[in-house]
Formats: sequence, structure tokens, C-alpha cells
Amino acid sequence: MHELSIAESILEAVRKELASRSGARPTRVGLRIGELAAVDVDSLTFCFEAVLRGTEWENLVLDARVCAQRRICNDCGSEFAVVEYNATCPVCSGGNTRMIGGDELDFDYLEVETDGTASLEAKGTE
Amino acid sequence: MERLPLKQKVLSENQIIAESLRQRFKEHGVLCLNLISGPGSGKTALLERTLASFDPATRVCVLTGDIQTDNDARRLAQYGFPVQQITTGGTCHLDGRMIEKHLAAWNLDEIDLLFIENVGNLVCPSSYDLGEASKIVLLSVTEGEDKPLKYPSIFFKSDLFVLTKVDLLPYVPFDAKVAEANARLVHPGIEIVRASSTTEGGLDTWLAWLKQRMAQARQGGPAVAGR
Repeated sequence: MHELSIAESILEAVRKELASRSGARPTRVGLRIGELAAVDVDSLTFCFEAVLRGTEWENLVLDARVCAQRRICNDCGSEFAVVEYNATCPVCSGGNTRMIGGDELDFDYLEVETDGTASLEAKGTE
Repeated sequence: MERLPLKQKVLSENQIIAESLRQRFKEHGVLCLNLISGPGSGKTALLERTLASFDPATRVCVLTGDIQTDNDARRLAQYGFPVQQITTGGTCHLDGRMIEKHLAAWNLDEIDLLFIENVGNLVCPSSYDLGEASKIVLLSVTEGEDKPLKYPSIFFKSDLFVLTKVDLLPYVPFDAKVAEANARLVHPGIEIVRASSTTEGGLDTWLAWLKQRMAQARQGGPAVAGR
């Protein structure tokens, strides 16, 4: 339900990022969403399309990548993706592990095109 | 086409406000606790019993959030402590700006304990940091034991899980041990208290937890959200 607020925050951040780049048009915005971030990607995509409607960036694509929970073992240093909430280290079977990712709601990248032929060529090779 | 790296949080604006609130709470020795649960799990009832148990000199305040009505603020104001209702008018969670705005009415030097009762919702409030020292998740025995698995984010981010309405355990098919095991599966270090706001069973454990956390906050202790 809060995906709409998040979609608005994304658009706002894109606006800010592009404020200093006149003539740049955003084509794709990348996000990393942890599986523990409580954000539904389908709902966010739907809301993002809704907030774009009527703006100059109707074709801006949201590329949301879901990231698994990752932990590191405090004993043997192994990093691993958590499956089914199992926080035990798969290498040394120790339980002394801590989370290093999986609740993020972060930007990753923003792809932009700049007005002019250069960008048209770039578009053709995509 | 050009790809620009964007290294920031999506809710960075909220995060900035939350960090400034956290800093202020720390400077003024305020313990801020953010209570989160689905609608009807007993957040207001637990706060009522808690406020009723406090000495009138206790420097406690409550911000209570709802989409509509000021019913909760009216319930909580009966105990003589400062209470403000935050009516979100449709928004399903509280955010840092709402807290900042309502805190302007109070002097933080006169507060030791600030309860924030979030909008009843197990999902959205977990994404918004309010500068609290801890999130507290409530789940009642009339819900399901698998809720920690269905809503892992809030159980993962909470320091304390209060299992509420435990006086009803004899009448409902709810296995408290399974619910607690599920919460620990998602968050191995989570603390758990079983309580009933009706019979007041378990309230002493909850109040002892509060007392300990308030003492830590006074000493400038861990006012940093763990997750």
C-alpha cells in the first residue's frame, strides 16, 4: 500500500538528479529491493507507471531487482544467501552469523539519453 | 545513452529526517519506541495499561497514528500524560516528517519516554524509520502463528515481539510456541514478551523491559536502531 509513496519518492529523486543536466531524458531507473524490505515489486511497478502518467517521462522504465537476504559468518567469514530463513553458515555450520544485505531499498543506476544525434545512435544499438 | 550510478536510498529524504530525530532523542535522553502491528492487535490497549501503571510524575508522551478519527488519542489522554493524534488522512504509515511536525509542540527536555503508536498495518510502517531506538511488533493470539513468516520485514526489524491477548489462548487454536519459533526464525535475536492487557498477565515483564531501556537511554545508551 505504501508503494505509491515510494514511487513518488523515486520520481522525485530522478527529478533532483536531472536538475543539473539540461536536455537529459531518463529512460531507465534501477533499484535494488531486499526481500525483507516489505516492498512488492509488482505493486511498485504499477504505482510507478501511474505516477508517470501525464508527465514528460511516460516511457521511463523501472528496473527493480529483488535481492536475497545475505549473511556473513562471524567465525569462518563465509558469505551466503539465506534460503528459507536459515541463518546457519553453510560452510562451517556455525550459528554466529550476521546480516549484510536483504532489507535494502536503494537506487542502483539511472540511464539517460541526451538530446541530439548521439543519443539516437545509442538508442539504435541498444 | 549514459548510465549514472545512483548510490542512495530510495527513501533518503525520510532517512535524513529520521537520523536527525534520532540524534535529537539521544541528545535529550529520550527513549523513543515505535509500536507496530496489524489493526486490532492491541497497541492502544497495551499503551493504556502501561500509562495506567506509571507514576504521574513519569515523563512520558504518546504520538498515536491512524488514518481517521482521534479515538485513540482520546482513550490514551485519560491517563493524564501528553498525547497527540496524528491523522494521516489515508496514508498507511507514519513517516519522519509527521513525527517532526508533531514534536514541535513538545519540549524534548521534558520527555524521557516517547511512544509512537503507528497506523495499524504490518507491512508499510516497517519501511519508514521514525528515529526510534526500537521498533516493537505486536501480534495477538487471534491472528495466525505464521504471521512472522508472512510479514518477515517487521519481525526482522523489531527488537521486541509482544504476543498480546494471551488470556485468550485457552479458547483459540493458536500455538504460542510456534509463533515465537517463527519470529526467531526470521530474527534469531528478537526478545519476546507474552502479555494480556485484559488480565494484566505478563505486563510486569513488559514494564521491566521498558524500565531497563529507559535506564539505558538516560545513560546515553544504545539509541541506535539495530536494523
